[in-house]
Amino acid sequence: MDKVQRKSCILLLEDGSIFHGYGIGLIGTTSGEICFNTGITGYQEVYTDPSYYGQILVNTTSHIGNYGVLDAETESGSVKIKGLVVKKFSDIFSRIQAEGSLQKYLEEAKIVGISDIDTRKLVRHIREKGAMNAIISSEIDDIDKLKELLSAVPSMEGLELASQVSTKETYFEGNPDAPLKVAVLDLGIKRNILRNLTSKGCYCKVFPSGTSFEEMNSWNPDGFFISNGPGDPASTTYAVETVKEIIKRDIPVFGICLGHQIIALANGITTYKMHHGHRGLNHPVKNLVTGKCEITSQNHGFSVSSDSVKNNENVEITHINLNDGTVEGIKILGKKAFSVQYHPEAAPGPHDSWYLFDQFIALMGEAETV
Amino acid sequence: MPRNKELKSVLIIGSGPIIIGQACEFDYSGSQAARSLREEGIEVTLINSNPATIMTDSVTADNIYLKPLEKKYIIEILKKHKIDAVLPTMGGQTALNLAIDCQEAGIWEDFGVEIIGVDINAIQTTEDRELFRKKMLELNVNVCEGRTAKSFLEGKEIAQEIGFPLVIRPSFTLGGYGGGFVHNKEEFETALTRGLHASPVHEVLIEQSILGWKEYELELLRDGAGNVIIICSIENFDPMGVHTGDSITVAPAMTLPDTVYQHMRDLAIKMMNGIGKFAGGCNVQFAVNPEDDSIVGIEINPRVSRSSALASKATGYPIAKIAAKLAIGYNLDELKNAITGSTSAFFEPTLDYVIVKIPRWNFDKFVGADRKLGLQMKAVGEVMGIGRNFQEALQKACQSLEINRNGMGADGREWTKQEQILDSLEHPSWDRIFRIYDALKLGISRKTIFKLTKIDKWFLNQIEELVHLEQEIKGYTLESIPEELMRLAKQKGYADRQIAHLLHCLESEVYNKRKSMGINRVWKLVDTCAAEFEAQTPYYYSAFDEENESVSSDKKKIIVLGAGPNRIGQGIEFDYCCVHGVLAAKEAGYETIMINCNPETVSTDFDISDKLYFEPVFWEHIYEIIEHEKPEGVIVQLGGQTALKLAEKLERYGVKIIGTSYKALDLAEDRGSFSDLLKKNDIPYPEFGVAENADEALEACKEIGFPLLVRPSYVLGGQSMKIVINEEELEEHVVDILKKIPNNRILLDHFLDGAIEAEADAICDGENVYIIGIMQHIEPAGIHSGDSYAVLPPYNLGDLIIHQIEDYTRKIALALDTVGLLNIQFAIKDDKVYIIEANPRASRTVPFICKAYGEPYVNYATKVMLGDKKVTDFDFKPTKKGYAIKIPVFSFNKFPNVNKQLGPEMKSTGEAIYFIDDLRDEFFYQIYSERNLYLSR
Repeated sequence: MDKVQRKSCILLLEDGSIFHGYGIGLIGTTSGEICFNTGITGYQEVYTDPSYYGQILVNTTSHIGNYGVLDAETESGSVKIKGLVVKKFSDIFSRIQAEGSLQKYLEEAKIVGISDIDTRKLVRHIREKGAMNAIISSEIDDIDKLKELLSAVPSMEGLELASQVSTKETYFEGNPDAPLKVAVLDLGIKRNILRNLTSKGCYCKVFPSGTSFEEMNSWNPDGFFISNGPGDPASTTYAVETVKEIIKRDIPVFGICLGHQIIALANGITTYKMHHGHRGLNHPVKNLVTGKCEITSQNHGFSVSSDSVKNNENVEITHINLNDGTVEGIKILGKKAFSVQYHPEAAPGPHDSWYLFDQFIALMGEAETV
Repeated sequence: MPRNKELKSVLIIGSGPIIIGQACEFDYSGSQAARSLREEGIEVTLINSNPATIMTDSVTADNIYLKPLEKKYIIEILKKHKIDAVLPTMGGQTALNLAIDCQEAGIWEDFGVEIIGVDINAIQTTEDRELFRKKMLELNVNVCEGRTAKSFLEGKEIAQEIGFPLVIRPSFTLGGYGGGFVHNKEEFETALTRGLHASPVHEVLIEQSILGWKEYELELLRDGAGNVIIICSIENFDPMGVHTGDSITVAPAMTLPDTVYQHMRDLAIKMMNGIGKFAGGCNVQFAVNPEDDSIVGIEINPRVSRSSALASKATGYPIAKIAAKLAIGYNLDELKNAITGSTSAFFEPTLDYVIVKIPRWNFDKFVGADRKLGLQMKAVGEVMGIGRNFQEALQKACQSLEINRNGMGADGREWTKQEQILDSLEHPSWDRIFRIYDALKLGISRKTIFKLTKIDKWFLNQIEELVHLEQEIKGYTLESIPEELMRLAKQKGYADRQIAHLLHCLESEVYNKRKSMGINRVWKLVDTCAAEFEAQTPYYYSAFDEENESVSSDKKKIIVLGAGPNRIGQGIEFDYCCVHGVLAAKEAGYETIMINCNPETVSTDFDISDKLYFEPVFWEHIYEIIEHEKPEGVIVQLGGQTALKLAEKLERYGVKIIGTSYKALDLAEDRGSFSDLLKKNDIPYPEFGVAENADEALEACKEIGFPLLVRPSYVLGGQSMKIVINEEELEEHVVDILKKIPNNRILLDHFLDGAIEAEADAICDGENVYIIGIMQHIEPAGIHSGDSYAVLPPYNLGDLIIHQIEDYTRKIALALDTVGLLNIQFAIKDDKVYIIEANPRASRTVPFICKAYGEPYVNYATKVMLGDKKVTDFDFKPTKKGYAIKIPVFSFNKFPNVNKQLGPEMKSTGEAIYFIDDLRDEFFYQIYSERNLYLSR
């Protein structure tokens, strides 16, 4: 970044904190809820993860951009973050396979970002004060003007966003002759979930977020998958209704992240907005059923209430977070329904939890034989 | 599974003397493991022959055996103590090999001792190249094509089959000893013969060469339940072809995409699970083909290693401590992250900074050695720089090396001859990183540099950015340099001294200028979690960023300056002293602050001092810490020359030096004034002279008379010290010294041929002197004290001599106003005692005496320095039984072309202690009879 023109840039937080750095990506202005991801690798997967829709992302790792970009390593068709905050940004990359620089990629995706600020100070600030809205601008240096623009940004709480990132049309993934058919409710699905399902013998039909149970079920699937996605689960009421129907008929269903929260809501369990969420590739989770531990990839700002699960005799906690004890996975007793808060598909992150896809497939297999 | 309550007593095996390839990182791991087990109420017994270690201290273990690492001593221990289990993974390959020996001899079984932390079969698999290859293929992990040969003929057949280039790796050797790359038949035959000889089982692996592939390491921990975590990814700046111990390494990996990294992570876990089921640490090395991102498994070490020590310091995650807990049955999810104190130990550290490790070599000590880097490790130590970005970490590491550089570039020491530079890029030696900078500065393309070095282009670009930045700075003066540019230079790790070089002004002017611009160091926390959670551990590094996290308390504080990288002449002994200094100052009620940059040490463990600043022991870094912390004073006499040489500037800046004053330190170094002091006190010394050029030397020699001991002033470990016997040799050596160290005042001493050497260490409070020990060398004068066998107490010095030694020691200690430790070296000829030199600081022999006599002398000396205690306040009760022999240990076998010749310049890398009951001892007799064997000049 040192040979190119250093364009000054400002990051302003809702509580008035100001950071000065250099502009990266597109020169412009952007706003959204600020959150941080502690992963060292996988920036491109993170930026294209639809669950980050509407958010300004802070990468805590020191260097970003070093290995360029590669289309095969994206998690959706476009960049989903609203803005980017990094420490050191590299428009020079060394990976031979890479198709281009991250700078060019962000510019084309019209993503505004800021580099060279004290990201650690920012993260400590978010850790203390909690998630909040922020604005980045490499074109406006009038703080009052930026404050005015920032005040117009809506709060993430109560926001329904899944419909904005969901597919508009249904589409198919995998081999039509595969042994199992999975109806996928797309609330902002990551590509690697579909890759995992199809590689394990599923033929997937992906439906837009607002699709009714009847419509999905008319394809006659062996199981349902409720995807990850952005926004407040409590406001994604249409999906909750769909899931209630699935569970009522006891068809195998597996949910990840937002899908997990929706399965919880469909069972009368409440969700809440976390102080500053979990975003990274190193979150420790314990499987209470097997006693085994897994390092997981996480990205969520809302969570399922632990007390609420404990008060529900139909639902069992299967996974917990070893750092803060939050609910990481549940199972609906007597039903073929389970879900996890974290991302077993990884991308980016460790592959410790791939077994959950096998578990889902086994569940569908059992349903077959019954 | 919670901890195994059956285990009440555990034996830890140490790694023995420091040699190249196995250095003080195992003192760190052994000490941490011992502390970790004792926390659990387990009785820890420790065997290690290295006296200069913290692990063999009573603060670390319950029963300590300073005995050779041999089966018979293991049996001796097992007979004496009820040992439930042995933990052999903390003492490097030496400890593992001893554990295997004992296993094969049935010793563990005989005494009902369980082996914990490793699986013996796993060691066999990982050390035997053929077994390793087979296992990897069975696990579906790609490895290089190759086979093992047990004979010359077999080797030739394999070579023909695979084709050149090839790599030869002898089985069961340390640090890649005896291995190498070969490009043709001639090279191959020599290397094959050497390899077969080097291997204790006369077996080598002949493998396809993957020279130039990217090289990585992962550090793993696994518990008894099979839970695995990766503590750290380490990327080698130097690609395949240079031993990882000789490579500059970076953490976290800088150029790996998630897809490749996760694939590597999967392979590492598969490999660890594949070699055996044990609870503990493991290091796995990989090569990545940059063309297609394919991965090859290189090796796996089922133990704590040099890299685990680095990974511990790099991430803050105490690998050895946790590995010890896992070995006694705990699962990772049952333990807490020691840094945050609140989150789980089952997690993977994430970094929001970068570390760069640079090895420290000592080729100058091995004349005639092949200085090229290859498969066999040659470095004697290492430094680590922590920065908010790669460039800053790299600059800090360069500033830590103590090789007379102020960092990378900007000090007028670059090479400018293209041919030389290109050659040095292609044939890496200790200076390749500096030559890359020179090449870029000269305008040599990144493409050419990549072709010659295969170093990842991202790294080359980072260095090129530095070159560009310097060019930009050069366009300004101190007055005109913009704040933004100054800040950028500081953020990229440039020292004030480097910027001063670029702006043609003084270091202090740059310092004042940037302070006026508000460009200050802040200190950030190493917290394992990129600030996601609050951390409790005071482990800091500096950066030029906004927020400072190091809160200065209003307690009275003491700063202890560390000894920097290990090197010949300044090794682990000084870390031992620093750690004890810190602990003593704590006992005396001070808040203790440690500054050091050596990742292998105990002093850089975050739970030794109250505050750890992992920083170069380099002026501006320490000065800004002093300004921030405002300590009562700084202890410089424990950290060897590294700390000592900062005394002058500290004094100039009005910082209080704890203990002996700078004036006295300087007086002892100044030959003229020191001789005056001796004369005044009626103490004999050899005739001497001082010369600044060859003419003066030739003039002086007439008066002093040959043989002469010629040496430069202000150097370490007898650097460039030589005995000359005629004018021709004298002139040659003087010219030689002045070429290496211009403007030096060369000291010429009359060499007392055939004299006996002795040395004494003492503690003095300015009024009272206590001699902690007198040692008599076995070799005659002329061999550096660090390379001599030394016997404590003297074995054949008469009462009269001892009396003179004691008397002179007292007189000198008082005359120098010593407050703290003092070491004096003597030559004895014709019943007369001469003073060779006096050093008012902790010496290399202090830990040896502490161990031999079982007394905490550094602790006492520190309390004396602090004015907390007088020498008379202590109840000295040394255990004196028989004799203790200090055995110098060399690493000559790493340099096949170098003869073992000893002289006034120190060459040993480590030491062992050996106790004998009386002088009829066979070992003593043998070394005594060989005392003249290796003396050269």
